[in-house]
Amino acid sequence: MALPTYDEVIAKWDPVLGLEVHVELNTNSKMFCSCATEFGAAPNTQTCPVCLALPGALPVVNEKAIESTILIGLALNCKIAPYSRFARKNYFYPDMPKNFQISQYDEPICFDGYVDVEIETDEGTKQFRIEIERVHMEEDTGKSLHVGGATGRIHGADYSLLDYNRAGIPLVEIVTKIVPGTGKYAPEVAKAYVAELRDILRGLKVSDVKMEQGSLRCDANVSLKPIGSDVLGTRSETKNVNSLRSVERAIRGEMIRHAELLNEGKKVKQETRHFQEDTGLTRSGRSKEQAEDYRYFPDPDLVPVTPAAAWIEELRATLPERPSLRRKRIKEEWNVPDKEMEAMINADVLDIVEATVLLGADPTKARTWWLGEISRIANDQNVAIADLAITPADVAELVALVASGDLTDKLARQVVEGVIAGEGKPSEVVAKRGIKVVNDDGALMAAIEKVCAEQADTAEKVRGGHLPAAGALIGAVMKETKGQADAARVRELLLGHLGHAAN
Amino acid sequence: MSSLSRDDVAKLAGLARIEMTESELVELSSQFGMILDAVARVQEMDLSGVKATSHPQPLENIARPDVVLPSLSPEDALSGAPAQEESRFRVPQILGEAE
Ligand SMILES: [Zn+2]
Repeated sequence: MALPTYDEVIAKWDPVLGLEVHVELNTNSKMFCSCATEFGAAPNTQTCPVCLALPGALPVVNEKAIESTILIGLALNCKIAPYSRFARKNYFYPDMPKNFQISQYDEPICFDGYVDVEIETDEGTKQFRIEIERVHMEEDTGKSLHVGGATGRIHGADYSLLDYNRAGIPLVEIVTKIVPGTGKYAPEVAKAYVAELRDILRGLKVSDVKMEQGSLRCDANVSLKPIGSDVLGTRSETKNVNSLRSVERAIRGEMIRHAELLNEGKKVKQETRHFQEDTGLTRSGRSKEQAEDYRYFPDPDLVPVTPAAAWIEELRATLPERPSLRRKRIKEEWNVPDKEMEAMINADVLDIVEATVLLGADPTKARTWWLGEISRIANDQNVAIADLAITPADVAELVALVASGDLTDKLARQVVEGVIAGEGKPSEVVAKRGIKVVNDDGALMAAIEKVCAEQADTAEKVRGGHLPAAGALIGAVMKETKGQADAARVRELLLGHLGHAAN
Repeated sequence: MSSLSRDDVAKLAGLARIEMTESELVELSSQFGMILDAVARVQEMDLSGVKATSHPQPLENIARPDVVLPSLSPEDALSGAPAQEESRFRVPQILGEAE
């Protein structure tokens, strides 16, 4: 039987989602020890007796990690538990040298929150509320490298090599309640939710949220029930979906796979599946037929976390404006077209443009500089815009210099190059390079007369009414003045000189 | 007297990754019964109003500042490993082919 199309799936089945997102916090040190958390360090250079589980070593929790987790909970509209504890999740797998992971079980630090997400559809903008079950603290696991067998997969490997640099890095798990009622939009809603989370976390500055480096990872639970039914279907759990696009593809793919099984009267197996980036399909992983028995119990080496209400309120007061609301506000305040707004978000220049505007620059001008010339230079040099040696203050100054007529747009581009090359602030670059607009009509007239004498034939044509020929003369005058003249003024003076005064 | 079935013990042994012989499983199932009975005596006491504890000291909020301290050298970190390769801990095959 052929795979059902997506339209056939949604005509008959109603998807129910559940999303678990793991976020690595960007603390300097690990969750329970003082090892560094640098990404990409040489193997096993960031380990100690605690994160290697040597006998007698005792964990002590990182206070910044607690603070970051509370901030996340507050940003997701959660309640913060006045009392919560760490628990041991027992399992045998060499990625955790202790044979347990320190996590939280029935006493998570944050619970009962929600995130509203919006998606654009053919029927207009639609809003969905994703309810958050819990946000809890745990520690990341080590990284394994499987040797032998096919393509580094664990199956068929001869042995594995372990790097424990990542073991013990603070990890926050954000778990949704089941998400019903998204219908055909399920894949897009899931993607929008992860995108919204990423933006919120980035705004809180608690994580690098780099999906490609694994600092933000999504597990997607999908099940189908017949439309109109209240009985949930069996779910599959697709692990470690590592890009926004993959979240959408993985859920769409699982919906189709489930529907195919159910249409044929087969059962969906409750199991873990792995997303295949190349095909967009998932493959079976561990079966969950025997329910896992992690034998959670409170970790006797750690004491309860009881954040003071006053501290929680202090943290709440520091929450930044919610990114999606901020984008809406900025779009309206600056009157930005959709396309441009999207370009700013994709180029990640919203912060930098807003900082420029707050320094007095016109929003359109500020946006044009950052998205245009400066983006182009960043692209050419293959660096991030934020890493270029040009600041919002520089761009604000530049915009002011152009507005006052001290620079033309063309000259301003030279100034941008100078600033980025490290020659100083715009005014310093202007002074050093001797850049100035030639707006002295006398000097311009001298150049115009010179050019008209040199190109007497062309000048004669213009005088005779063939205005398009003026372009060549204007170009020559601009060359004569090394591009420092205002082309519009040159044109005006030239045409006046040749008997075509304005008006 | 409480008791644990032989299968219960086999399951526990499996969870703890301890290999046990058939006679050990049978022997332990009765020994576990004695252990459970000993612990069960706690339930004979009046414990209303006593909160379950997970730590012997009445402490809360013990935390450390987010400061990096030197780690072990990779040589020291790996010094106790039965096998190593490329500065990594080498471990036997994790999953069999069939799993
Ligand atoms: Zn450590």
